[in-house]
Order: sequence, then structure tokens, then C-alpha cells
Amino acid sequence: MTVLDRVVAPAAPEPSAPAPRGAARPGWAWLGLLPFAAYVVLFLVVPTVVAVGSGFVDGHGSFTLDNLAALGDPLVLTAFGNSALVSLVTAVIGAVVGALVCWAMLGLPETGVVRTAVDAASGVLAQFGGVMLAFVLIAAIGAQGVVTVLLRQLTGISLYENGVWLYDLPGVMVAYLIFQVPLMVITFLPALAALKPQWVEAHLTLGGTPAGFWRHVGMPVLAPSFLASLLLLFANAFSSYATAAALASQGSQIVPLQIRTALTSETVLGRENLAGVLALGMIVVVAVVMGLYALVQRRAARWQS
Amino acid sequence: MSFPKTSRRPLAALALATAAAISLAGCAGASADAAAGSTTDAASATSLADFGTMADLEAAAKAEGKLNVIALPRTWANYGEVLDLFAQRYPEITITEQSPDASSAEEIQAAKANEGLDTAPDVFDLGLAVALQNTDRFAAYKVATFGDIPAALAEPSGLFVGDYGGYMSIGYDSARFPAPTSLSDLLKPAYKGAVAINGDPTQAGSAFAAVGMAAVQNGGTLDDFTPGIEFFGKLNAAGNFLKVDPTDATIASGETPVVFDWDYLNAAQTSAVPTWKTVVLPGTGYAGYYNQAINKDAPNPAAARLWQEFLYSDEVQNLWLKGGARPARMDAMTTAGTIDSALAAALPTAPSETVVPTEAQSTAAGTLLGQKWATAVQ
Repeated sequence: MTVLDRVVAPAAPEPSAPAPRGAARPGWAWLGLLPFAAYVVLFLVVPTVVAVGSGFVDGHGSFTLDNLAALGDPLVLTAFGNSALVSLVTAVIGAVVGALVCWAMLGLPETGVVRTAVDAASGVLAQFGGVMLAFVLIAAIGAQGVVTVLLRQLTGISLYENGVWLYDLPGVMVAYLIFQVPLMVITFLPALAALKPQWVEAHLTLGGTPAGFWRHVGMPVLAPSFLASLLLLFANAFSSYATAAALASQGSQIVPLQIRTALTSETVLGRENLAGVLALGMIVVVAVVMGLYALVQRRAARWQS
Repeated sequence: MSFPKTSRRPLAALALATAAAISLAGCAGASADAAAGSTTDAASATSLADFGTMADLEAAAKAEGKLNVIALPRTWANYGEVLDLFAQRYPEITITEQSPDASSAEEIQAAKANEGLDTAPDVFDLGLAVALQNTDRFAAYKVATFGDIPAALAEPSGLFVGDYGGYMSIGYDSARFPAPTSLSDLLKPAYKGAVAINGDPTQAGSAFAAVGMAAVQNGGTLDDFTPGIEFFGKLNAAGNFLKVDPTDATIASGETPVVFDWDYLNAAQTSAVPTWKTVVLPGTGYAGYYNQAINKDAPNPAAARLWQEFLYSDEVQNLWLKGGARPARMDAMTTAGTIDSALAAALPTAPSETVVPTEAQSTAAGTLLGQKWATAVQ
């Protein structure tokens, strides 16, 4: 959001005035932060510490580092690889397609029917994950789904010539894209809408080309918010669980499904503490991605300050 | 669920508060003290003889007035009818049905979490692997009909006892597919994208049994599940394996038209799909029985034991049969002529040989599946 502020008011220097004012009167200002801090501690910090902490005890409750060895297990590594791949692919496709949709909508009147409809639909579809989405896909493009059967009868094309990929990683990616693209639309549209038409006019008046505008002005201005959205999409896919659980039930191919297996298995008993270590692994991956993002954004935003 | 170290302290505080509340409530009711004498006896009773007669057991159970059961889905092996019959026969005893859809492992977790509280489950209904691992939580009790139960199905001292079960079977929609006569039939193109198993074998007991069945049907033994894992690998390579979890909904819609599951669960699907048929392959059959056990810290020990006597009575054993499951006392009841012969005749024919894995075999197979399953079906 800070990015947006800068886009809206690019000429304004970094407003450093409030800082000394706050420093002069430390008094009660921090009280305002208390409700939010309490909320974060209660619903984010405590569960995270408890979950990760469970990875460092054995079945009898004594401290151990043995569970960490599981992170080197080839199967667990494959699961992390799969999770990263699914997240990266759906984040990149989602971000590019979503950005193109946003760009197309810029040409429409802001309060027009189409733009309002796309806006509303994106808001709903971005949250349309889980078992509902899985069943929508099964009913539509499952082996006996309406679309599958129609395609086969009308055109003779079979979606599943070489096996039913819907219940495998490719199917999971298709499912994730259904909520990734709308999520990109709702997060990126405000940034794109903040690009002022006057900038294009100025650029063209000074002899630039439309392509040149995007290369020298549009893209650099939008890069930080595009990257932020991309990161959000990655994290969104990386932590998704219910959709994949309902679609691809064999082999626990992504990390959240590995965690489920460790917690609830009836057949391989006594691995509950492994879940904590897997959660730690996920936190590390997201932390690395966040770090990379911070680096890239600092570079992308250098010219703005 | 399993964060013992970090969550112990708040839990202990909660338990203390609850215990205080319960003891306060106990002071108010004089009847609690009167029942206490018989309660101690009931908790250590190992057979009906410790109570006297069936009437004495019934009286003790009615004095408790409550029974907590857990993880009994009403549509599973006819449990709905069984629970209703108990409630009708003993209206003085209130049954509390906790988390009907919990897994066997979660039943034990519930007993640990509620230890010492009157909400703890009195009785368990468990898969074999979980039962074998948790014998220290059970009270040994032999029902009056214990002698009728095949030795292979019961823990000798009665810590847990097999009650109802069946064979791993293949259910299929006969309107769309030919009847499979062997496992290799399922590798044929006719079954493209059609074959599912009930869950992931590294997670669900029935899927685990499907792989075990494939192992023994392909010349393997229960000591080594490799042939079973290889079979599903081939099924996957042939494009016939469906990785979606079959549910009543996917079977009704036709999305999972061929399903490996227990025969009594497959048999129940005919109500939604009239052309649904259940096949138990000839040769070596893989059987699995669900076990009854009493929580050694049962808050209602007499009612828990009455429930066991009830479950192993002729009438309830026939109710399992009505649900398509094979009751533990089936052989003895057939000899005695007390079995419902029409229902017995409707079951799929039993294979010539039957295998059930031991604890060591289960553990080894679980480890093997953990290593090999994910790559085999990728």
C-alpha cells in the first residue's frame, strides 16, 4: 500500500515529519497498537510457536532434534519441490493473466457494468477454494464431468487420453488458478488504476511511444506492487490445503498433505511430531521468498526515493 | 492434538478447574456416593461372573445411567440400528454419541484428552493397528459368549476383541463395467481412469488393506507388501488409477465407478447405485475386523461392560450381518442355528484362504508404504 501512496503522489518527498513528533511524546501512543498486537500474538505467534515447537519433542514429550532429519528425506524434499513448483507456476500464470485482465479493464468506465461485475466476481472467486471448488471441477471436468462428456460426444476429443490428470498435480494447478487469477485482479487493479492518464499524455507529447511509456514509466512504477502481488499469490498457493486434499488423495504430494498424513494416519502411527518440522520447513521457504522479495523491491523502488 | 510439551500447563489448569467443578457437583448429589461402591467393582470386573447375573450387570449399568460411545457413524456396518436397539432396551441409560466420524487414532486421543472426566469415552471401536498399539488403555473383559469368538480375532485376556468385519472387495458399477475376475483384469483398457481406493494407504486403514490384498493376490505375503505397491504402480502407469478419494457422492455420480473397499461398505452403495456389485476375489482373501475395547478409565464401567455383552448377543451379531458385515461369532452361530441364514447367504462368497496381518507385519508394511507409495503412484 505504501507503494500505492507513492504512485499517487510521486513528487512528494518521503514525509519524515511524523517520526520526530512521535519520538517527542512516547507516552501512550503504543496503546493504540495493543489490540492488534494482542490479536497477532494470540492467533499467529502462539499457534506458530506451538506448532513448530511440537517438532522438537518426541512421543514422550522430551526434547529431541531427531525429527529434523525428516527434512532431508527424499520424499519430503519431493513434496517441498512439488509445493514450490505448484505455487510458482500458479503464481506466475495467475499474476500475468490477472495483470492482463486488469489492463483490459482500465479501458472500461470505472463504474460501468462490466468492470463492476468483474470486480465483484473476482472478490467472490478469490475466496472460492476448498472442497467446493474441488467438486465444481469434478462435476465439470471430472472423468464423467459435464464438459468432458460433451467434448467427447461433440468433438471426439478426450481430455484424459493418458490418464486422469485432474486428480494429480496438473489438476491441482488448474484448481489453484481458479482462485489465483481473481486474487491478482483484486490486489493489482487499484495499483494499475493509479497510473495517471496525464503521464501517458506527457510521455507522448514529449515524443515517446506507447511501448516506450510502458518500458520507462508504467512498468517501473508498477513493478513493486506487481512483485508484492506475486508474492501474495505464491504464499496463497503454498499454504492451500483443502482443495488439493479433495482432489489428489494419493501420495500426499505437497507439503500441507504430508502434514495431514503425519497428524491423522491410522496406518503409520507415532509421527505426529513430524508435522511440526514440516511446518518449520514451510516457514523457512516463505521467509526465503519474503527475503528475496524485499531485496528485489528495494532495488525496484530505489529510483522512487 | 499432539503438542504435549507446550500445551500441558494450560491443559492441566483446565483439568483442575473442571475437576473442581465436578467434585462440587458431586457433593450436591447423594446418589453419587451410593453408586461408588459398585462402581469400583465394575471397573475391575473381567467377566459377567464378577457382577453375578446379567440382571445384576443391567442394574449396575442403569444406576450409572450413562454411556459414552465415540466414532460410531450410524451408516457404518449398521451402527444406527444397533444404537437404537440399545436405547430402546435400556431407556434408563442415556447414550452420548461423540464425534461419529473420528478415526481410530482420534478415539485414543479423545480418551487421553478427557482422562478422569465424565466425558471420556467408555468404549472404543478400533482398527487392529491402533488397538494393538494402545492395549495399556484398555480394561480386559470377556463377554459371556467369548468362547464362540475365533481365537485369531481376540486378544486372549479380552483387552480387545474383534466384533465385525469383512473382506477387502472390489465394488463396481455393473452397468458400465464387466465383472473383474482377477486383479489383472483391472489393468485392461476397459477400466481406463476408473479404479479408485478408499483413501491413501499411508493414512487410511481400508486403503492399506487394498494394497495388502493386492499383495497376497499377486503371489506376495503379508510380510512384504511390495507386489501390492507394484500392482497399483502398474495400474497408475496404465492410466486406470483414479487418485480422487471415493465418497458416497463420487460413487453416486459415477466419477469413481470401481472402488476397493471393505465388502460391507461396498454393499451399502447399492442404495444409491442399484447396479453396484461387490466382488471378493477367489484365492487368498484379506480380512479385517473392527475391535471392541473398554476404556480402563471408563466413567461408566458397568454400562461399558453391558454394551459389550449387548454387542456380542445373537441379536446384535445378526444386525451386523444385516449391515453386510461378518460378525465375529458367525461360525458358532451357524452351528447353533441362531444365525439369520437368509442374510448370511446374501454375503459375497468367502475366499478359500483368509489372511489378517499381525502387528509386526502392519508396522513393516506401514514403513514400506511410507517410503514407496508416493513414488509408485506418481
